[in-house]
Amino acid sequence: MTVPTALLSVQHLKIRAGVQGQLAVDDLSFTMAPGEIVALVGESGSGKTMAARAAIGLLPAPMQVCGGRIEFKGVALDSRDAPAMRRVRGAQIGMVFQEPMVSLNPSLTIGRQMSEALKLHTDLDAAEIRRRCLQMLQRIGIKDAERCLASYPHQFSGGMRQRIMLASVMLLRPALLIADEPTTALDCLAQLDVIELMLELTREQGTAILFISHDLSLVARYAHKVVVMRNGKAVEQGGIQDILLAPRADYTRQLLEALPSRGVLAPLPPANGPLLEVRGVCIEHPGPRSFWGKSLPKRVVHGVDLSIAPGETLALVGGSGSGKTTLGRAVVGLVNPCAGAIRFKGVDILKAANRVHRLQCQMIFQDPYSSLDPRMKIGQILAEPLRHEPGMSPAQRRQRVAETLVDVGLAEHFVERFAHQLSGGQRQRVAIGRALVRRPQLVIADEPISALDMTIQKQILELFERLQKQYGFACLFISHDLAAVERIAHRVAVMNQGEVVEIGDRDAIFDTPQHPYTQQLLAAASPLERLAGGGYRIRTR
Amino acid sequence: MSAKRTLPAEPARSVAAPARRAWRYPPLNALIGGGLLLVLIGMALLGLVWTPYEPLRLDLLARFQAPSAAHWLGTDEFGRDALSRMMMGARTSLWISLLSVSFAVVAGTLIGMLAGYLRGWTDRVLMMLNDALLAFPGILMALGIMAIIGASQYGIVLALGIAYTPSVVRVVRGSVLSLRELEFVEASRVIGNSEFYTMLRHIAPNCLAPLCVLATSMFGWALLSESALSFLGLGVPPPAATWGSMLAASRPYIASAAWLGIFPGLFISLALLAINLFGDALRDRLDPRMRK
Repeated sequence: MTVPTALLSVQHLKIRAGVQGQLAVDDLSFTMAPGEIVALVGESGSGKTMAARAAIGLLPAPMQVCGGRIEFKGVALDSRDAPAMRRVRGAQIGMVFQEPMVSLNPSLTIGRQMSEALKLHTDLDAAEIRRRCLQMLQRIGIKDAERCLASYPHQFSGGMRQRIMLASVMLLRPALLIADEPTTALDCLAQLDVIELMLELTREQGTAILFISHDLSLVARYAHKVVVMRNGKAVEQGGIQDILLAPRADYTRQLLEALPSRGVLAPLPPANGPLLEVRGVCIEHPGPRSFWGKSLPKRVVHGVDLSIAPGETLALVGGSGSGKTTLGRAVVGLVNPCAGAIRFKGVDILKAANRVHRLQCQMIFQDPYSSLDPRMKIGQILAEPLRHEPGMSPAQRRQRVAETLVDVGLAEHFVERFAHQLSGGQRQRVAIGRALVRRPQLVIADEPISALDMTIQKQILELFERLQKQYGFACLFISHDLAAVERIAHRVAVMNQGEVVEIGDRDAIFDTPQHPYTQQLLAAASPLERLAGGGYRIRTR
Repeated sequence: MSAKRTLPAEPARSVAAPARRAWRYPPLNALIGGGLLLVLIGMALLGLVWTPYEPLRLDLLARFQAPSAAHWLGTDEFGRDALSRMMMGARTSLWISLLSVSFAVVAGTLIGMLAGYLRGWTDRVLMMLNDALLAFPGILMALGIMAIIGASQYGIVLALGIAYTPSVVRVVRGSVLSLRELEFVEASRVIGNSEFYTMLRHIAPNCLAPLCVLATSMFGWALLSESALSFLGLGVPPPAATWGSMLAASRPYIASAAWLGIFPGLFISLALLAINLFGDALRDRLDPRMRK
């Protein structure tokens, strides 16, 4: 063969929802060489997942390919009949899904799920299959591989499950691995871990990766080639270095600009005494218990000290399971600490009469899809906190709701909408509005942007900053997204396994991290850095 | 960076339509279900004031007459006019089913929400009792209760109501358990709302969809159970008519006078169809997410 054939070639692919429906993918073309890592980058609804699913012949119901050509190893996809396609799937094209919590069958052992594909696609005997599974599990760093084979998925953490998923896909040594946002649901340390493993395994076997992601900075580290997608169209594609150094399309530039960078912070107002004081707080979760037996509580926060001055933003960062969300919930009074004290304006918040705390301390939740009551109109949702403002007349309340809508950048007619009619970013605006409508002095923001698309994240962060300038509330910003933290926090507290391991000014934490865990977190984050000429490169720490 | 630049938000997912909209044609299930239901209720109400014949008058000369112009649905073994008895029975049957389902829904919702929201010991004790009740077949439990309080119209309501409560408790508790973990419920607490308000305003309305489905299917079971109880002699005491007891009474004559069984059966089926269609339409109407 003289011309090297592409492993996967997609030419002028069009995918439509139904016969008359909208185009989900419009005229998409790209090629992949064997062993190459190609990233499809775009926000939700850009058609990146649909394009990948078309390549494996698994489009969900109304979607159908209505034009173009997909060739895998030089053979057109539509020339293969269903049984032939099944032989390709799994054996030659593997797929890893986004949600590790649901992509493994909870009622089958790991061993059965891993061996399933080998049984189907090879004629190895049971002993050999078992040997290969064990070998692979040891390869991905599972200590007790024998026991792992007999275990069920729920016994593993999200990161572990994604490793196992990856292992079982790679067992068949596919020529192409499709990874659909494989690490989006994981925290940044686990994320790094899984991606490194994916690269190692594929490098050994010469597998190409089609990496689908919304996170340009993540992709930038690993991919050879990037296809930036928007509304089903490829707006730009090329080598990763070219795109980073000289993005041509406006949208690519927009995506790159959406990466937060260190911002200039407003100076703090002079204050006497902290607004919030957390002293030696321990929190326990009730453990599993038998019918009559006593439960053994599990301690998740071990003696944390923090304080927040009026108008200050303190960021609480750490991996999942570090206890940062639990601490945030304790500060608003959703969980009670088992030891220590939380004081708001010098008064213990557990004192029954502490109405000031209830009224002036509000929370913004992580998931905009579940934090708004689906049966209430936006107007009702925004007005609800005002029930507890005794001096307000109905007219004043309406006035305040209208003001709040303007504040969060939503039009007036949203009052009559229901949450399901809004996009994720709009919902999060409503959630911010609900937290601010009573003009609180302290806002706890629990991962307020991590469920949103990149450009929307930027908008919400900007909105948050503007409102903070306008109303001067203090904020406890809980996040695992270090880039966002770097942008808006005055001070940063790093939590690991229920303890604050390091706390300090933002610049000190980001420039001269002391604790090894902080250094690890920063190394895992590694965002892109803006160059003077307008391009970007990967920052090394 | 100016603040104004953030203002043009992403476009709304739905069509940006004005709030007021022209009256749309109601969906087909609401039309058929509602129409049928209206006919049946109309028949029951008419039966209160007027029936073609006196429903309890015996006419031994006119026994087992096939449907004709004089007796549209024929006559039974005592020569009573079947149509008149159907109209009289419509009121009793629908009323008993409606009351017993309402009883089960109200009691079951209260207990289920209490158990699901308070959890801990309250939940365990309530659910233990509930599961014990669930272990008996509904009809057996109704029989037991009827044996204690005696056969009467409201006795049946109470018996069927109690028999159906445990399944409502289960469904409501399940919804509450999943809802109370959602962030909007926590948000309500952070706002400073009381537990009671949160339960009433945020949790209860969101339990509505499964409850609607359960209540409408229970309505059908209630109609049939009432007839089963009548069949066992524990229903509404004769000579009063219910659809169930008419169906039960027709059994010996199924070969010679089939119409005696066909019509009550047909009406029970129609009532079930009507209530199920109507229930589905109601659930969709009450759920803002289903409105286009």
